[in-house]
Amino acid sequence: MKSKYVEAAVYKNEQISDCVFRLSVKGSFDVKPGQFFMLRAWGQEPLLSRPISVHDVDDEKITFLYHVVGRGTQIFSKLREGDDISLLGPLGNGFELDMLKGKVALVGGGIGVAPLNYLYKKLSMNEGVEVSFHAGYRSQPFGLECIQGSCSLLNIATEDACVGEKGYIIDYFEPKLYDIVVCCGPEIMMSKLIKKCEAAGVPILVSMEKKMACGIGACLVCTCKTKDGNKRSCADGPVFLGSELILND
Amino acid sequence: MTSVNICGVELKNPVIAASGTFGFGGEFSDYFDVSRLGGISSKGLTLAPKQGNDGVRMHEVRSGMMNSVGLQNPGVEAFIKDELPQMEKMNTAVIANLGGSTIEDYVRAAVMLDKSSIDILELNISCPNVKEGGMAFGIKSCVAYEIVGEVRKATSKPLMVKLSPNAEDICDMAINCCKAGADAISLVNTFKGIAIDIKSRKPVFENISAGVSGPAIKPMALRMVYEVCGCVDVPVVGMGGISTYEDAIEFIMAGSHAIQVGTANFIKPDICVDIIEGIEAFMAREGIKSLEEIRGIIK
Ligand SMILES: Cc1cc2nc3c(=O)[nH]c(=O)nc-3n(C[C@H](O)[C@H](O)[C@H](O)COP(=O)(O)OP(=O)(O)OC[C@H]3O[C@@H](n4cnc5c(N)ncnc54)[C@H](O)[C@@H]3O)c2cc1C
Ligand SMILES: Cc1cc2nc3c(=O)[nH]c(=O)nc-3n(C[C@H](O)[C@H](O)[C@H](O)COP(=O)(O)O)c2cc1C
Ligand code: FES
Repeated sequence: MKSKYVEAAVYKNEQISDCVFRLSVKGSFDVKPGQFFMLRAWGQEPLLSRPISVHDVDDEKITFLYHVVGRGTQIFSKLREGDDISLLGPLGNGFELDMLKGKVALVGGGIGVAPLNYLYKKLSMNEGVEVSFHAGYRSQPFGLECIQGSCSLLNIATEDACVGEKGYIIDYFEPKLYDIVVCCGPEIMMSKLIKKCEAAGVPILVSMEKKMACGIGACLVCTCKTKDGNKRSCADGPVFLGSELILND
Repeated sequence: MTSVNICGVELKNPVIAASGTFGFGGEFSDYFDVSRLGGISSKGLTLAPKQGNDGVRMHEVRSGMMNSVGLQNPGVEAFIKDELPQMEKMNTAVIANLGGSTIEDYVRAAVMLDKSSIDILELNISCPNVKEGGMAFGIKSCVAYEIVGEVRKATSKPLMVKLSPNAEDICDMAINCCKAGADAISLVNTFKGIAIDIKSRKPVFENISAGVSGPAIKPMALRMVYEVCGCVDVPVVGMGGISTYEDAIEFIMAGSHAIQVGTANFIKPDICVDIIEGIEAFMAREGIKSLEEIRGIIK
């Protein structure tokens, strides 16, 4: 039994765009892309830890990319080098790399690009895999440092047309060109893309981000509906086959 | 030193993981040695499997959280077959938490659990998140009297009745449950509360209200536990917002025999061990040999 609850120190925390920060934490972690950690950098308040996906891992640190939206992420944004942070994880199933063969399209919406970065890094080391990256943002793109320049195909769309195509990335995305699609973004985006992929007969994997309390499968607050009954996004997911899920429109 | 006896069942210490916050124990055994616990109360069971509620199930509030899980569980039969064998091996007291929507369902499930190896049956007449039954049994003490009496007839297992803080009169409720045959009382379940999303101008939860738990409810829970300890003779297991050993000691000083830890398990998976070790260190520091020395001391 190895406790996956560790106290660690912040390596670096930098602002990379309007409300987006990149936080690295010292330590060596064995993580699968698509897995996440419950992070905590405070005592009793806020009460719960915050689930954040793994953005990158190397020998000496683990990196997260996060959007500042509320109390918890605001506290994260104030962290400085050497500050204490607790990590519970890695949690969740992550992406099964063996499933991702041939022409693989990664499709991210906003902060949804965060976990796809690490997935991209792992996939691009695999032979027989050709990865393309498709990212949609409201405005200025972020989180593409590793992908830009190394990815043979990078499509960007922004709602305000400041970079790339104008509008939603999935409107410019053609599933038929790929063997498998991976998507992480707002639920509405994933839901639309699942439909599009189904129509094209292309399998799709999505990462479901439900509100979580325990993160380890005990409290059942994070369930999503699947054809096989309720499943826990934290422990059975967050990665699900699009064809498994029953989504609201 | 910290062992306690709850209706004939010896617990190695007074710290029990609360129902609905600890699954069936397995999820946590990856994080710590769950045999350290005094006991584990299972996720709330019902006779038939239940999918639970739709929509948002969790909302965080200041110093607490709200949940609307709605007793999602595999049903008593699957519990006995698939979960109980592993729980038995955890070397801690196994408490089956039982909910339901009709008296017949409660009784049939209790009969099945009676034949199983569970140590204690915790009758949940206090879940605020199911539309029928659940907490409805835990508001009026005459209704509670009836259901506890029927379940009492159905089982010879030690019977602990879990009260709702939403009861009309918590002492009257506890007294009636004891009259109907409860061997112990546990309290409190979650408080009924509401949250509103001001942007969408809609309630956060599909059922509008949901159950509030965590540190925010501790003073109210402690008061209720204190009052109930003063009006019944059976052991009382207190809970509501306990997240430190100091909280646990407060409940014991208010009269609790044992305590349960719920929401705090989400803060840190092995928080129960911190609480157990904290109690032991406190006792050593203060020269307390047995919890009896401080139990109900504020009376
Ligand atoms: C598996 C998973 C991976 C995630 N990965 C990332 C990531 O890599 N980068 C990133 O920026 N965000 C990610 N999120 C979303 C992130 O968890 C929330 O934005 C964050 O919890 C908000 O916390 P807060 O205190 O700032 O906001 P508040 O609104 O103050 O939070 C209140 C409560 O709501 C919960 N909550 C709020 N928004 C979300 C949400 N979108 N998903 C889940 N819970 C939420 C919080 O955890 C907290 O309990 C992920 C969520 C999940 C479930
Ligand atoms: C997510 C969640 C699920 C719960 N499910 C149950 C349940 O199935 N049966 C039950 O008797 N109580 C249930 N409870 C109530 C807890 O067991 C406990 O009574 C309550 O949360 C108060 O304690 P706390 O403040 O330490 O959490 C649940 C609580 C939470 C937070
Ligand atoms: S967050 Fe508790 S089961 Fe998923």
